[in-house]
Amino acid sequence: MPKLKINDIEVEVPAGTSIIQAAEQLGIEIPRFCYHDKLSVPANCRMCLVEVKGGPPKPQASCALACAENMEVFTDSEMVHKARKGVMEFLLINHPLDCPICDQGGECDLQDQAVAYGFDRSRYFEAKRAVKDKELGPLIETNMTRCIQCTRCVRFASEIAGVDDLGLLNRGEDVEIGTYISKAVESELSGNLADVCPVGALLNKPYTFTARPWELRKTDSIDVMDAVGSNIRIDARGNEVMRVLPRLNESVNEEWIADKTRYAYDGLKTQRLDRPYVRDTSGRLRECTWEEAFIYAAGKLKTLQGSEIGALAGDLVDVESTYALRDLMRALGSNTMDCRVDGADLDASEACGYRFNTTIAGLEQADAIVLIGTNPRKEAPIINARIRKAWLTKRTPVYVIGERLELNYPYTYLGAGADALEKLDIKAEKPAIIVGMGALRIDGAAVLALARKKSVVTAEWNGFNVLHTAAGRVGALMVGFAPQAPFSTKGIKAWYLHGVDNAEVFQHVIAKEAFVIYQGHHGDVGAQRADVIFPGAAYTEKAALYVNTEGRVQMARAAVSPVGQAKEDWRIVRAFSEVLNVPLAYNTHADLRKRLSAEIPAFANVGEITPVEWKPFGKEGTISATSFTSAVANYYQTDAISRASVTMANCVESFGAPLKIAAA
Amino acid sequence: MLADSDRIYTNIFGLQSFSLDAARKRGDWDDTAAIIAKGKDWIIEEMKKSGLRGRGGAGFPTGMKWSFMPKPSDKPHYLVINADESEPGTCKDRDVLRHEPHKLLEGALIAAHAIGAHKCYIYIRGEFYDESSNVWKAIHEARAAGLLGKNAAGTGWDFDVELHRGGGAYICGEESALLESLEGKKGQPRNKPPFPAMAGLYSCPTTVNNVETIASVPSILRRGGAWFAGIGRDPKNTGTKLFCISGHVNNPCNVEEAMGIPMKELIEKHAGGVRGGWDNLLCVIPGGSSTPLLPKDICDTVAMDFDSLRAVQSGLGTAGLIVMDKSTDVVYAIARLAYFYMHESCGQCTPCREGTGWMWRIMKRMVTGNATLEEIDMLLDISKQIEGHTICAHGDASAWPIQGLFRHFRPVVEERIINYRKQLKAA
Repeated sequence: MPKLKINDIEVEVPAGTSIIQAAEQLGIEIPRFCYHDKLSVPANCRMCLVEVKGGPPKPQASCALACAENMEVFTDSEMVHKARKGVMEFLLINHPLDCPICDQGGECDLQDQAVAYGFDRSRYFEAKRAVKDKELGPLIETNMTRCIQCTRCVRFASEIAGVDDLGLLNRGEDVEIGTYISKAVESELSGNLADVCPVGALLNKPYTFTARPWELRKTDSIDVMDAVGSNIRIDARGNEVMRVLPRLNESVNEEWIADKTRYAYDGLKTQRLDRPYVRDTSGRLRECTWEEAFIYAAGKLKTLQGSEIGALAGDLVDVESTYALRDLMRALGSNTMDCRVDGADLDASEACGYRFNTTIAGLEQADAIVLIGTNPRKEAPIINARIRKAWLTKRTPVYVIGERLELNYPYTYLGAGADALEKLDIKAEKPAIIVGMGALRIDGAAVLALARKKSVVTAEWNGFNVLHTAAGRVGALMVGFAPQAPFSTKGIKAWYLHGVDNAEVFQHVIAKEAFVIYQGHHGDVGAQRADVIFPGAAYTEKAALYVNTEGRVQMARAAVSPVGQAKEDWRIVRAFSEVLNVPLAYNTHADLRKRLSAEIPAFANVGEITPVEWKPFGKEGTISATSFTSAVANYYQTDAISRASVTMANCVESFGAPLKIAAA
Repeated sequence: MLADSDRIYTNIFGLQSFSLDAARKRGDWDDTAAIIAKGKDWIIEEMKKSGLRGRGGAGFPTGMKWSFMPKPSDKPHYLVINADESEPGTCKDRDVLRHEPHKLLEGALIAAHAIGAHKCYIYIRGEFYDESSNVWKAIHEARAAGLLGKNAAGTGWDFDVELHRGGGAYICGEESALLESLEGKKGQPRNKPPFPAMAGLYSCPTTVNNVETIASVPSILRRGGAWFAGIGRDPKNTGTKLFCISGHVNNPCNVEEAMGIPMKELIEKHAGGVRGGWDNLLCVIPGGSSTPLLPKDICDTVAMDFDSLRAVQSGLGTAGLIVMDKSTDVVYAIARLAYFYMHESCGQCTPCREGTGWMWRIMKRMVTGNATLEEIDMLLDISKQIEGHTICAHGDASAWPIQGLFRHFRPVVEERIINYRKQLKAA
């Protein structure tokens, strides 16, 4: 623990801490461009120069210099100022003065630091450099003349995203960032390139020229495009979501988000259900009022027994509305409700059996990782980045059972299906077994039981993990939105579908003659089949709780209001209960939350994972010999929002069909 | 003047064969095992005694560099020989490589033993095709004769040498860029610390030495550090040194001389004097293109060693003298060097990437005088903004020639600018 002085303030830091980090602890900000605390340190921008007493008589790069005992560092001396001013001048001589038309304007590191270290006029009268823009695909806009060659993007791509697509080409003045052969950056994390870029060289393409940062209202929220529960910031102008950015949460997404999380928001602007509909006698959906929709639907339900009514919750549902719907179904006397609409045979009885028990951050401690019937790169790119991090920092071995995958770290292929799982014998102290939705087929209970048997669970380690693909699933399971006893869907004459847009449900579960109430926000598969449509709110439009695959309860806030006559989902259920003469016991969101946390205390613990006991789950039995396949084939279009998104459609076009390697 | 008996490089002119037989006749590989038998501590101590300073340009004491290598651990140690000689005006390593490769290989074995390395990489400049062929041939000869490989030269030390040809980038002569290049990456200097002794090639302890440094080692150890220390002007600048004299001299040559020989004597005795006589001398760049030039009045008396040249704000560098007589357009000459440094900048860090091009553009205009007088100070200011602010010494190297020009020839440039203005007005 070296003790040193920074600007005459004493500080003690762990060995290996760089000066820039130590200064940050003291609240002293050292300007930087190339340094990023999640990436390697090249020390090439030379902006973070500081004066170190006792060292050589020249300024030192504080990002690359480790703190040493009795060091005396000055971050504000004359030498430092002179050095930084020099560096700033060099950075600016070839940087275009196009801030007024640059999307980075207002949130640009170079702009901010030019205020502190720049001159008010230029001494440079030679010709400026221009660099040809690169075509990096549908997500990243480039303006390479603005590039200051900090190489953050190169390091992000090769270290975090695991694709060596970018590089610093040529040398001297002619260096430029490029993709050796002109190509798009093929990564599910490519959007973060725009975030790490300190200037306006790499930009968010769909957002280009649409807004200025100071016009935007920033709302902290939670993503629902996968089950990771990435922490996001939704930037909105008026009632329009302009962009989605990551928010730092070291336990979940660090400071990255996946491309679907970042770019699918344009799907919120199209195909929306903005008013109630009823299907008229000619078989067409007809706009109507809320009153008419409620009365029509209630009239139908009132003719039926409770046991003839079923409810299903889709992939994007929030906790409150699912909870309210559960209460409504119970009040109607129905036990037929389920959230496992993709047919994944999860054991709903024990929380330890459907959670990612190791936790996302815990993967870094694992000494072996086994992927069973899952392709984390497509199902949860953020978790995949953690696995890659574990491999990169600790060379954690990764094993795969299921399809052969194109992952961005090496792995050992153990086999396609059950026998490989049967034979699985990992010699490790802290292995993490990750079971994907693709492994939980009709024989899921047996797979779970077997995976449970193979998992290492001790007082400080739980190596059993389920990787969900639906953001609403764990929350719905926690509130008990699953049948308490075995049930048959045969006798169900009316279905209340809460955001169910899974095509397989309509093929296999919903009978042709059944009456369907659809509550949701997009005119997707579910709405097409509906007899009554209750327009709900999308995730950006409601304050709600979500539970991620780890079992972490997180709170989303409303960034914009629901479109048209659409309402927050729990309110719809509450209002409908009134019409059905079974009014639910809560009138406000606060009431609902209070009741929810009283019943299930975990929901009071926002931001955290509430520990659960390790109990038996699953059911031993024979597992079919067919191989496990990943649940997500097309990463870019997995739900109603991303299917409605033009950007995501462009991605499918650019990156083609999901890559599959032929079995060797 | 250096006595013939004190010469290390007896075949530097290439009058004899470079082959193993001929090298043996000249004394190479003569009981190398006996030197190694004295142990690594003795070798390092003797090297420290000799006062040998690195011949690559920076002049860091070799014995001390070797002593920085950590104790043996599970990581292998490496010796890397920097044969990427690209400094304009310098061609000493080239002659060692093609005429005395066995001196280099023998030195490599001894140095490797001293630092605990079993493997040596010679990184040779890509343009040195014939030289690499000779070294390659010498390696084969040495392997066949049991001088390399298992129990090399009967020393009990397993040792082998690999030859790697570079791609011809000047920056790959910077030791950490060289290591990057050797690892198969783009040749860009690394940030230091950590120095190569702690984390060098493949993050393992590595010593990087210049060709001449390593090739001098066997002779020093055979004759004793005291012998080497006895040559030269003072105890900090000892031994013999290969000087490369080029430019406006009657007989450009590579010659081994005692450290600290007066520059005038060196040029007159070995290079046949300045073209048109000593009085026709304008200036000399004393240590390869990156060292600041020295005008005639300093050249009259200055001695050629590290500290004497430093005292006149220049440096010994690689000891490549570029002699310019009065027919030289010195502004153009320095502008050309500015172009070279711009062209060879790796582009990694900001001051060098952006500054070298800016300096060249101003220098280019100053050649004709198309500039303002204020721009001279601005140019010097820019050079100071580069110097000392970069990852490697390339930034310094690009700044020094320009600073040297204005230190000694500022009136020449000023006159040019004023004349240009006058002509402009007249026209």
